[in-house]
Amino acid sequence: MNAALAKLFAKPWLWSFVGAFVVWLAAILFTGGYGAGGMVTAALALAVFTVIVGVGQMFVITLGPGNVDLSLPANIGLASAVAMKVMNGDDSLIAIGLLAALGCGLAIGIANYLLIWALRIPPIIATLSASFIIQSIDISYGRGLQIKPPPGFADFTNAQVFGVPILAILTILFTAGSAIALQRTIYGRSVLAIGQNIRAARLAGVKVAWTRFVTYALCGTLGGLNGALLAGYFRGANVDIGNEYLLASIAVVVIGGTSVAGGKANVPGIWGAALFLVLLLTMLNTFGVSAGVRLVMTGLIIVLVITAAGGEKAAR
Amino acid sequence: MAGGTSLNIVKLEGVEKHFGAVRALDGVDFSIDQGECVGLVGHNGAGKSTLMNVLAGTLAPGAGRLVINGEEQRDYSPTRAKALGVRCVFQELSLCPNLTVAENARVFHAALTGLNWRKKAGRLILDKLDEIFPGHGVNPGDLIQDLSIGRRQMIEVARAFTATDEPVRLVILDEPTSSLDAHTAGQLLSFVRRVVAEGVSCVLISHLLGEILGNSDRIVVMRDGKAVASGQAKAFDREKLMAAMGGAEERKKKAAAASLAAARRGETPVCVRARPAGQKSEAQVVARQGEIIGLAGLAGHGQTDLLLDIFAAASRKQPGVEVTAPVALVAGDRQSDGVFPQWSILENIGVRSLRNLRDGLLISRRREEKLAEFWRDKIGIRTPDLSNNILSLSGGNQQKALFARALGSDARIILMDDPMRGVDVGTKLEVYDLIREEARAGRTFLWYTTETEELQNCDHVYIFRNGAIVADLARDALSEEKVIESSFEAG
Repeated sequence: MNAALAKLFAKPWLWSFVGAFVVWLAAILFTGGYGAGGMVTAALALAVFTVIVGVGQMFVITLGPGNVDLSLPANIGLASAVAMKVMNGDDSLIAIGLLAALGCGLAIGIANYLLIWALRIPPIIATLSASFIIQSIDISYGRGLQIKPPPGFADFTNAQVFGVPILAILTILFTAGSAIALQRTIYGRSVLAIGQNIRAARLAGVKVAWTRFVTYALCGTLGGLNGALLAGYFRGANVDIGNEYLLASIAVVVIGGTSVAGGKANVPGIWGAALFLVLLLTMLNTFGVSAGVRLVMTGLIIVLVITAAGGEKAAR
Repeated sequence: MAGGTSLNIVKLEGVEKHFGAVRALDGVDFSIDQGECVGLVGHNGAGKSTLMNVLAGTLAPGAGRLVINGEEQRDYSPTRAKALGVRCVFQELSLCPNLTVAENARVFHAALTGLNWRKKAGRLILDKLDEIFPGHGVNPGDLIQDLSIGRRQMIEVARAFTATDEPVRLVILDEPTSSLDAHTAGQLLSFVRRVVAEGVSCVLISHLLGEILGNSDRIVVMRDGKAVASGQAKAFDREKLMAAMGGAEERKKKAAAASLAAARRGETPVCVRARPAGQKSEAQVVARQGEIIGLAGLAGHGQTDLLLDIFAAASRKQPGVEVTAPVALVAGDRQSDGVFPQWSILENIGVRSLRNLRDGLLISRRREEKLAEFWRDKIGIRTPDLSNNILSLSGGNQQKALFARALGSDARIILMDDPMRGVDVGTKLEVYDLIREEARAGRTFLWYTTETEELQNCDHVYIFRNGAIVADLARDALSEEKVIESSFEAG
């Protein structure tokens, strides 16, 4: 019993769930229990979007120091516009629109890697400069875009069964698949190996360039998917729709127990961290604090959690 | 010399250190006199490094007394050790890779202050390097990360002997020659004899018994956390040391294996043909299936580069290199080229064989375990649990895991980049046998080594100088003089 407990406490993802629970508790204590269930439903619905890009960002960050995708917000913005334009409000075009958004994200991911690989630019600079280009394209392409999502798509992104959003269920399945991919496939092991020691990985026969390519392409594709889903959920595309996912995607990865130094990743923690972030905002909203204070609090709490979670050293 | 009137510098009495169930030190008595060089030998895991860590203050003993300069030490720490004049050069190098040579000297000597500290530090370390390793080729402004492991080892050694405000009384040298070639190792050992004659004490740890026998005044043998034998160096010879260590017996099959290999050369198909990038003539390294090919010469003269070229040629065409079968590499610089520090022993062994460990799309845990267990038993990796972190192993056992990674893979050609650094004699002999066995089964080995003794295991040896092959010796033509002669410029 004690051993089992100790094992549970050693899991790095546990703390993000504990944090989410504590924040939720604080919020419902304040409201006197009112809206407890609704809060969870809303948190699940919103956390989905952070989790999807968080998984992509996790694979990228796990590649090792310096690897990060900063083009996600621009990517999400462009993909949301592409999805809405292709779907054109027509239910029969949903699948094609989704594919178009995925393709748009994939293309961005590939472009990111080409910049990194061919021009040997550090990923931070490459993805940041790519994001300026993507944003410019988005602004000229999506100017004045007022297309609503097809009703079927909007309903799907908002649908629930027993208070659980369908998107959340699908995303849980997707994250379970990612966790297996990380630990049990050649691709996942390659990412972990590269993140620990890129030289040793190459000498152990790991396909370094291919793995990095796949990772950036995957992250881009997930950004594209997120763009389409967000446009459906919020009923319309928008250049700024992905803005908050720059910090959020990195924060959930780190709070969730993935090492920023690379080579050590954690999928369940992304869920805990995403719920924590969403519920934190909900709690601050319930307390009725102003927008400025809310931002400061969010920032402080993220720093605090990262410091606390990063305090433990790897066993040697 | 260690006369009866010498001053005692260090006395350890009944020192114990346990790590969980492992008794790393089990009541060790150990003493060093002024101006004495004590050779310390024993297999990997015998407790040598732990004992030296206690002496250096980096590990606190669980029980026992520590007396230095006649004073019992209670709050002993690395800082206290340094103030008392105890210096160490450990196996795992301790230089900061992102700093220059001079800056690393300054890190060690807080007394180097003032605006021109960089110049002072550079002068200090350079003078010592000149004194120990004439012709070393190191500049004080060089970044450590740009230097070869041999040069880094030289700087580490030189730094331990530099003095500013604190005296140097005792220097612990843990495998100081493991990354040095025969020439620089010789420079270091003769320097050690000089400083010992001047009254400094040394502890010399080496797996090369010849070095210990030739340079120590007194020898202490450790086994299973105890000092099992101790005496004047003159009283020991190779066989006695091996017996005291409990080492595996020296094999006598060499002659038989030699004639076998010589007869075989020319019969089997060629697996590797490689010309070093710096080669002007037509000479090239040729390896036939089932051969063990040695790459020799001074450290850093193009042997590793050639191995890396061959490795790269297995996945993408390289000019001047031909490879006909899958290749695996056993790294010598474990920390930077070999080990994945976050992973278990299991995962570290399996990483080269992931394709074959799959069951359908996913990697099968069971197959991964089976592979690791097979090689743990075959190569003798000492661990209670293969799912422990790789860093829980001692250096020699980590190296065995890297051998298991390569030998457990589908590779038919194994490249070895000076893989026996800091590995004890018993382990070495086991691995030599394993290599010969695998070669007989048809695997090809290309083996870069800085230890001339190891070349005896090779069927054919190529000697390198300045990035090119300068000599090409069949096994019967091989001798230590020949290797040394070819390693240096003629005339």
